[in-house]
Amino acid sequence: MVELKEYDSPVRPTWCRGCGDFGILNAMKRALVRAGLAPHEVIIYTGIGCGSKLPDYMTVNGFTSIHGRPIPIAQGAHLANHGLRAIVVAGDGDTYGIGGNHFVHALRRNADVTIIVQNNRVYGLTKGQYSPTSPKGFPSKTSPPPEGAIDQPVNPIALALAAGATFIARSWSGDLPHLVDMMVAAIRHRGAALLDVFQPCVTFNRNYAYDYYRPRVYRVGEEKGYDPTDHDAAWRKAHEWGERIPIGVIYRTEGKPAYEDQVPALNAGPLVKQPFRDWAEEDYEILEAEFI
Amino acid sequence: MPKKNNMTFKIGGEAGQGVESSGAGFAKALARGGLYVFGSQDYMSRIRGGHNFYQIRVSDGPLYSHTNEVHLLLALVPETIERHKDEVVAGGGIIYDEGLEMDEEGLERQGIELFPVPLVKIAEEVGNRIMANTAALGAAAGVTEYDFERMASVIRDNFAKKGQQVVNANLEVARRAYDFARERYAADFDYEVEPVEAPPRMVINGNHAICLGALLGGCRFMSAYPMTPATSIIEWMSAHAARYGLVTKHTEDEIAAIGMAIGANHMGVRAMTATSGGGFSLMVEALGLAGMTETPLVVVEAQRPGPSTGMPTRTEQGDLLFMLRASQGEFPRIVLTPGTAEQCFHAGWRAFNLAEQYQCPVIILIDNFLANSVRAIERSKFHFVKVEIDRGELLTEEELNQLSESYRRYAITETGISPRALPGHPKAVYVACSDEHTEDGHFEDEDPENRVRMVQKRLRKLEVAVEEMRAPTLYGPEQADVTLIGWGSSYGPVREAVDRFNEEKDKVNFLHFVDVWPFPKDKARPLLESAKRLVAVENNATGQFARLLRAYTGVEVDDKILKFDGRPLSPEYVLARL
Repeated sequence: MVELKEYDSPVRPTWCRGCGDFGILNAMKRALVRAGLAPHEVIIYTGIGCGSKLPDYMTVNGFTSIHGRPIPIAQGAHLANHGLRAIVVAGDGDTYGIGGNHFVHALRRNADVTIIVQNNRVYGLTKGQYSPTSPKGFPSKTSPPPEGAIDQPVNPIALALAAGATFIARSWSGDLPHLVDMMVAAIRHRGAALLDVFQPCVTFNRNYAYDYYRPRVYRVGEEKGYDPTDHDAAWRKAHEWGERIPIGVIYRTEGKPAYEDQVPALNAGPLVKQPFRDWAEEDYEILEAEFI
Repeated sequence: MPKKNNMTFKIGGEAGQGVESSGAGFAKALARGGLYVFGSQDYMSRIRGGHNFYQIRVSDGPLYSHTNEVHLLLALVPETIERHKDEVVAGGGIIYDEGLEMDEEGLERQGIELFPVPLVKIAEEVGNRIMANTAALGAAAGVTEYDFERMASVIRDNFAKKGQQVVNANLEVARRAYDFARERYAADFDYEVEPVEAPPRMVINGNHAICLGALLGGCRFMSAYPMTPATSIIEWMSAHAARYGLVTKHTEDEIAAIGMAIGANHMGVRAMTATSGGGFSLMVEALGLAGMTETPLVVVEAQRPGPSTGMPTRTEQGDLLFMLRASQGEFPRIVLTPGTAEQCFHAGWRAFNLAEQYQCPVIILIDNFLANSVRAIERSKFHFVKVEIDRGELLTEEELNQLSESYRRYAITETGISPRALPGHPKAVYVACSDEHTEDGHFEDEDPENRVRMVQKRLRKLEVAVEEMRAPTLYGPEQADVTLIGWGSSYGPVREAVDRFNEEKDKVNFLHFVDVWPFPKDKARPLLESAKRLVAVENNATGQFARLLRAYTGVEVDDKILKFDGRPLSPEYVLARL
């Protein structure tokens, strides 16, 4: 039985007081315990950004990588050893911007990785530039007024749905129990799972912090008649924004084979555990014959 | 020069006419007759049209290079003759479709024999004009009186997948053209080819040799993005994935390719990727990630002319210094530049051992010429049985169980190499970190003293690795007036230039480098300093290896022979400049 304290670490986060990442860190530990996973059975891949330091503040396997690239690293690792749960934790810039290509392809492959996005709608660590999820008009040093950000923000839910994701959910740092529930569901889902988490950045994005989300978010799970397996309903829900912002499981479909289920070499178990082949003379003859 | 079992065939035509497939097939047919062959191709970056050729040199003795002289030119289009007639020796011949108009007088004045054959007619009568290439090769075998059965065996094997009808049609076409040409022209043609008794030899190129080395060396994972001329590596591994339990992945881009390979290696599966210069450029940031996290990695870079898109189907040695320096910061890597298929095979498995021993990226740097040229080589020359798997400081299950203190992934040691635990063991839970870090993998991007210790730790690995880097091999007499220096695929053409030069004049020898980084300067320097005159021979414009030599040994070459027209070095090119 794994206990919460096994995930604790003496390393103090460098995050600002009030940062939404604390909620994500706390939820992550609880979710892993609830999912019955011990620190050595999990590996968390992160990119670059404040939030990507998360594994450093836990006792867990981790790989803090480069900006935009934890998703392919996680996929390659999971193909090599699917005995460990592969979880990607990265920011909105990392995942939807520079890593957007990998995001789309991991989803369409239904790779068995959990992607948790710390969506604070700004670039925090580099001090406040706009991000792929910043609203149009967002003022920053790379998007100065009066126009602010000219780009329309990415809609991660719709993008994920179009890419063929088999699990799409959303939560936020201000609701720890909900966040834990969503993380557990995402981690347990077989196939690619996206959990987009609104993560207030109290230093560089105060307009979209706790008092912005609290009155707006509502749980689709409590909405009568909402069926997350209904693709069309999910598409409409993905475009709901403004005064009411849906959180919860927006879309899920079970039963679609994960990428790894379709890789024959993995039928014999995790690739890393399969022994090196003992080459015999007849093996050499077969290889040789191909070229003669 | 003897005219039996010693000649070059050259088949030319448009892309889409089957120049490569039929040329490669003919090379095999000759090899099945116990002969040595060297097959090289030249093709354009297009699917139809243009002009491609395949050149097959045959000999009784081992071959390491093509040569420029052609003895039998097979022209599927008039352009072949226009482009290549001046390569045909006096007494050589041209096979072409009897319907082609040509300057017969001009060619006859050059002493070239003309062999018109109804190639298209034969192909069409049997079923499809696409078989004109088979007819041309049948005619070539006929004119040289080569044993038809060797050709037939290759035709049967090559077309088997397309069904018995296609096999029979090609056999019929080949036979008819063979008989036509033999009856009519063999007596007039001085060059002939006859099988000899010899052990079977593999006709194999550099890319496939790397595949064999990697496979036997325990590689179980390959992720890559198709890029000429590296593509055939992932294609071969994918074709063999089912039989050998491999996982291959054609990724969305090269960054994903190197990313997946890093992830897989981190977990403990031997993983590789392969690309060309442009793809490698995309991989550069991740290369540093592997260096910083000390993740083993094998990358094959098959060079082609740059910069940018350059000449996709041609060859150059333009990326050497790039490989040595790519990615920001300073971290250990190992670079190998094999020059023959045998050396490619060896690098193929050795790279994985080096990567795991030193926990760093290992680059196998080849080029289009080596990737695609084939030679007939006995299996024993690859030393399959000598392949060893050495995983370096990998902690075993028992060692992990016995860990008494908390595991430090980046523990500082005398060699700089840390004991390596694969993720999954309860006593070795750790984070691999791309920021500067402490011994236990935690972020530490501020402390200056820790930084110095970690940088030194990583770079110290190179001081150990350099002991394993081999000296260049010396080919030719120990004493010479001129010492040629080369690396990678210059091996074959330069070796032959040395042989031919030494037949007639004063002596020349050749120092060939395969292990280039960390640079084996202590082993190389005495060899360089004892040379009378050093001439670097490189397939690039700026003499990159000569610059490397000077930087690390202080030795300046006396001269350079450089070729950068997108085509490989040849013995003649080197000889003309000696």
